[in-house]
Amino acid sequence: MWTFFHKLGSPPWLYAIAGAILRWLIPVTLTALVVGMIWGLLFTSPDFRQGNSYRIIYIHVPAAVVALAGYYVMAIAGAISLIWRMKMADVVMKAAAPVGAALTFIALLTGAIWGKPTWGTWWVWDARITSMLILLFLYLGVVALYESFDNKEAAGKACAVLSLVGMVNIPIVYKSVDWWYSLHQPASIKFTGESTIDPSMLYPLLLMIAAFYALFTCCLLMNMRAELLQRESRTQWVKKIADEEGRG
Amino acid sequence: MYFDNVQALLVMEGHGAYVWPAYLITVAIIMMLLIAPMRRRSRLLQRLAAEGRRSERTTVAGVRGEQ
Repeated sequence: MWTFFHKLGSPPWLYAIAGAILRWLIPVTLTALVVGMIWGLLFTSPDFRQGNSYRIIYIHVPAAVVALAGYYVMAIAGAISLIWRMKMADVVMKAAAPVGAALTFIALLTGAIWGKPTWGTWWVWDARITSMLILLFLYLGVVALYESFDNKEAAGKACAVLSLVGMVNIPIVYKSVDWWYSLHQPASIKFTGESTIDPSMLYPLLLMIAAFYALFTCCLLMNMRAELLQRESRTQWVKKIADEEGRG
Repeated sequence: MYFDNVQALLVMEGHGAYVWPAYLITVAIIMMLLIAPMRRRSRLLQRLAAEGRRSERTTVAGVRGEQ
C-alpha cells in the first residue's frame, strides 16, 4: 500500500502508467462517444412532449454531470496538495481545470440551444443555469489564477484555496431544481425510486455519461503527461523521452 | 433507424436547426480537448530534443577545442 503511494509521487512512473492507460482508454472513449451519439440521434424515438429537440439530452446531461464530478477531482486534488504538499496532486488540479471548463461550457451552450425550441428562450437567470455559470467562472478562475503567478508553488496554493471555496457552489447546482421552482426540469434519473425516463432513452444516455467520464479521464491524463514533462524537463528521464520521441 | 430518410434526419421535424449545431459544436470542443495536450506534449519533446542536440554539439566542440 505504501509503495503504491510512494510510486504515485514519482513523475516517471505516473507518466508511464498514464500512457499505458491512454493507449486503450482513448479508443474505447472515442468508440463509446460515436456509438452513443449515433444511438441518440438516429435510433431513439422523439420525446412525446419535446419532440426531437430532446436529443440534445445525450450531450447536455453527460457534460453537466461530468463537469460537476470533475470539480470534485480538482478540489480534492487541491486539498491534497495543500495539506500534504503532494506535487502530483497539484499536477492533477491544474490538468482538471481546463477540461472541467470545457465541459461546463458544453453543458451551458447545449442547454441554451435546447432551451430555445423548448422554453422559447436561449437563457433565463434561473438557479440551475446561474449556478452552472458560476461553475464555469470557478474553473476559468483556477486556470487564470494559475497563469497569473510566476511562482508556481504560490499559484498552486491560491488555486487550491479557490477551488475549495468554490465547493460551496456544488450542492447549490445539484439542489437548485428542487429548491427553486424554475424552467429547468428536475432530474429524470434517480438512484433511489423510479426514474422518470423510458429505458429506450435511458440506455443511450447512460452510455454517453460513461463516455464523458472516460473522456474526462483521457483529457486529465493527457494534460497531466504534458504538465509532467514540462515540470521535469531538466531531468534525465524526460531528456531520454525527448531523445527518443522528439526527433521526428 | 427512427427517421425514414436522410432529409428527415437533417430536418428533425424542425428541430434539426438546434440539434445538429449543438452536436457539431460539442464534437469540435471534444476534438480540441484531445488535440491540445497532444500538441503541447509533442512540441515540448521536439524543443527538448533540439536543446539536447545543441548542448551535445557544444560539448563535443568544447572537447575538440581543448585538444
